[in-house]
Amino acid sequence: MADGTLAARQPFPERPARASFAEAWAAHKRARRLQWLTGAVLLGALTAISAWLGEVNLTLLWDRLPRFGSYFGRMVPELAWATLGEDLAYWYWNGWQWLASLWQTVLIAIYATLFGAVLAYVFSFLAARNLTPAPWVGVAARRTLELARTIPELVFAVLFVFAFGIGPLAGVLAIGLHSFGALGKLFGDVAENADPEPLRGVRATGAGWAQTMVYGATPQLAPDYLSYGLMRLEINVRAASILGFVGAGGIGQELYRAIKNFDHTDISAIALMLIAAVMLIDALCNWLRGRVIGRDGLRAL
Amino acid sequence: MRWRERRPELYPPRGFALWRRAAAVLLGLGLFLWGLHALEVTPGRLIDGVGQLGRVFMLMMPPAVTEHVWDYVRAIGETLAMAFLGTLVASLLAVPLALMGARNIMPLGPVRLLVRRSSDVVRGIDSLIWAIFFVSVVGLGPFAGILAIAMNDTGVLTKLYAEAIENTDHEQVKGVRATGAGRGQTIGFGVLPQVMPVLLGNSLYFLESNVRSATILGVVGAGGIGFFLMDRMMISAWREVALIVIMVLITVACIDALSRILRGQLIGRSSR
Repeated sequence: MADGTLAARQPFPERPARASFAEAWAAHKRARRLQWLTGAVLLGALTAISAWLGEVNLTLLWDRLPRFGSYFGRMVPELAWATLGEDLAYWYWNGWQWLASLWQTVLIAIYATLFGAVLAYVFSFLAARNLTPAPWVGVAARRTLELARTIPELVFAVLFVFAFGIGPLAGVLAIGLHSFGALGKLFGDVAENADPEPLRGVRATGAGWAQTMVYGATPQLAPDYLSYGLMRLEINVRAASILGFVGAGGIGQELYRAIKNFDHTDISAIALMLIAAVMLIDALCNWLRGRVIGRDGLRAL
Repeated sequence: MRWRERRPELYPPRGFALWRRAAAVLLGLGLFLWGLHALEVTPGRLIDGVGQLGRVFMLMMPPAVTEHVWDYVRAIGETLAMAFLGTLVASLLAVPLALMGARNIMPLGPVRLLVRRSSDVVRGIDSLIWAIFFVSVVGLGPFAGILAIAMNDTGVLTKLYAEAIENTDHEQVKGVRATGAGRGQTIGFGVLPQVMPVLLGNSLYFLESNVRSATILGVVGAGGIGFFLMDRMMISAWREVALIVIMVLITVACIDALSRILRGQLIGRSSR
């Protein structure tokens, strides 16, 4: 394949074809080898520097690997067939409390996604180059979105726990703000591909900017927005599960307590609930996404 | 009137349909407010919090450049190292795993299922939780962060790579096999060249995303700038917090730009 494209790029050979080909092939191979070599050296150097900075210690890892196994070993609860009911009850001794926390986690994720999506919806029209009311508004909107999605959720969470107090409100705002940045970019990219015809049509009726966006742009973009919003919801459930580490509500608080107190079976109990919830929500979002896209497909017919 | 009968969905609802819609709106509103109640959101708390946030923001100005600045630079280097090595290890581990999880490569269904499901579980656990595990295994420091990122990303990349491998063109594979190539040669010369740009592009994308996640792993003691960020927040040294946030923002912007350039070259080379 490589020599085929090479031949295509060569000018018409003036010298006998075979000699020039051999020459070109050798040069090509030399260039390739040089490229590989520089790449390998660069990668090697980066790896070495990173390993030094990152305090990589493979013998330590090797020595401690059994500990990793035993950590997981201790997480397995004692379950006997004869006393399965009691054993399960003992394993999930705090099950209702955990379920409530898990529910709170899901609520945090839903409200954060809503909050972020509503803001992102407005900002996507301001940020999209073809829709923005003025170029400087577009630049400002894009910078704002960048800022919101670059700062990690956990940093927002700590800040908001400080400002709004311990509890789920800080979590909603932290994840919501990050979602606003992430969704705003995705929404904006979609909006830049909006069909201009409906926009012109709406504007021709004398509609202002806001009306053009609501009646011209929104209908054609809604399915994509919804689909991205559902994807974000899946991500946010995962994010909400760890915010409790810094006091921003949800199951993370329970998980952090269990990990800190070395309650190994509690860790596995909570983790299993969490993984089940995440999978359930993923499946639900997938089904909803299918419906949203399917229904729109029908309407187009 | 005839139009209303023919396309009722274009007109505002009347009669029963109007009541039904009103009921749905009220129900939705009720659910929304009930959820806010469950999350302990009250207007008073919101207003107080915004005021408090404004005060913190004032306290952040101007960002303080203290003698700790070199500690922060080193910590950011550590963060980058964690992201780089974590992504590298994950990418290297994910290739064989993805081959084992791809339908067109691995004929044994149970192996495929095992690889796919275990990657689901590993992926479902956040890298911060992995970081706590690894801190308890190898102790405090960036090494735990590297392992956490590598772990989480192996799960994610295995899934993405496996999907890329399943989407390869079968004709090229058949062509290579027709020359008498064995299994390994078919994969090496028929499959991998096709997916290489996708694999590298994904790895670069995750390098970017890992720089962001590596900035917070320090919260649980797994190295990087997150430790300083948390520490300065706890002692309310807001002007230093502002400095660290600005440094992180600049670093992330640089990495994003670098990654964009590299990705552009990659795509350019593959399309040529």
